[in-house]
Amino acid sequence: MIDLEPFWLTAKLACCTTLCLFIIAIPLAAWLSRRSGLFRTVIEVLVSMPLVLPPSVIGFYLLVVFSPGGAIGAFIEQWVGLRFVFSFEGLLLASMIYSLPFMVHPIQAGLSSLPPTLQEAAWSLGKTRWQTLVQVLLPNIRHQLLTAVVLTLAHTVGEFGVVLMIGGNIAGKTRTASIAIYDEVEAPNYHNANIYALILVCLSFLILFILYWSNRKRGHYPMW
Amino acid sequence: MNLRADMTLTAGELVSLYGHSGAGKTSILRMLAGLMKPDGGYIKVNGVRWYDAAERLHLPAQKRRIGVVFQDYALFPNMTVRGNISYGIRQREDNYLTDELLDLTGMSRFAGSPVQSLSGGQQQRVALARAIASRPSLLLLDEPLSAIDNALRLQLQETLYHVHRRFQLTTILISHDIDEIVRLADRVLHLDNGMIEAHPNPGIFFYRDGSGLTGRVVHIDEQQIATVLLRERIIKINAAGSGIAAGEQAAIFYDGAAPFIRKL
Repeated sequence: MIDLEPFWLTAKLACCTTLCLFIIAIPLAAWLSRRSGLFRTVIEVLVSMPLVLPPSVIGFYLLVVFSPGGAIGAFIEQWVGLRFVFSFEGLLLASMIYSLPFMVHPIQAGLSSLPPTLQEAAWSLGKTRWQTLVQVLLPNIRHQLLTAVVLTLAHTVGEFGVVLMIGGNIAGKTRTASIAIYDEVEAPNYHNANIYALILVCLSFLILFILYWSNRKRGHYPMW
Repeated sequence: MNLRADMTLTAGELVSLYGHSGAGKTSILRMLAGLMKPDGGYIKVNGVRWYDAAERLHLPAQKRRIGVVFQDYALFPNMTVRGNISYGIRQREDNYLTDELLDLTGMSRFAGSPVQSLSGGQQQRVALARAIASRPSLLLLDEPLSAIDNALRLQLQETLYHVHRRFQLTTILISHDIDEIVRLADRVLHLDNGMIEAHPNPGIFFYRDGSGLTGRVVHIDEQQIATVLLRERIIKINAAGSGIAAGEQAAIFYDGAAPFIRKL
């Protein structure tokens, strides 16, 4: 009987990462969709960097920054009571950085696809920027929001390099499903590895199926 | 091109901003709406400064009491017709306005419909109703009928006319349609080479070279202003003392000072 703990941990990590990123990404994507200039380009590059950086690079630098032996890691542990290295909180932080572009980009693209007159019309009716975003813009990019959520979920489920670097391989704490597969292959216990891998394939298929099925008849801005 | 706009509007009047493409008409509207910042000068509405370069004051669009009908209508697809109109209501005591505007624009039976299912003419009416629901101090119409075919255009001009009469809103209308301007506007502001010229009589401004035109009187209102169909054009002209009635044939003359109408 295989240990299902890695799947529960993976599900918890994916859900927490997606929820946290959803909250952060919306104002960030809204800002990126309406700004221009050097500063905005720099931020856009930083958001996109996890797409091209090897996950082990992100994991390595997080390890260096948050190590309890370093100034920042020691400060956080002493004053906030959190240790980011070899802990679930560290996994969460690493996942949020690594999956950030998967949440931001679809939302930013969705907001950019809406005609500017839509928000101008809301402003002319006395609505604040926040009211306009929540009541007018976001409801009209529902499918891009769903795409962002599903891609972030799926991407987090599949994380390996960054999770291994910052989380280690601690059973019940940081051993996610992808690390459990690696563990079983190293054992070698291909039977268990196969079961873990098959479950992940099915899970990934299900997640992407939900996305594509819900977007099957949709275009972009519904008025076009 | 430098643009200099120096204009004063009377409360309740409908003025048309007329000029060739690229003259700056939409830019002026956007500056009045707070969607674009002028380089200098001031904008004052009912004694309240909305923009003042000297005092570095620039009220955002949200703080100005404006109503805007955009060229693409900019209706909210996630709301029904009723939802779009009531979204413009700023005070609870104005909630009755939604039903009144639905009725006035002939959209009552579409109140629960998604706006994507409406025709262009219907969307224009909803956009107009929404802009008025917020009880603006200034109503800005950016070529609201440019995408509408001629047959429907006349009907919508009537709607615009009645809505303006009902609410007496100070309105600026951008239009390239001369008949529309003559029919609806009290004055024409002609934008040319970056300057505005005001013309108190749109009929004279556009038809000052014409004389001896004939047509049929379509409508005469309580102020004795006759709406006359001249071939494919419509004009408004003072018919007081002419003895003419709606449905009769008339001739329009211009004696160099003002146009006048006579029964044929």
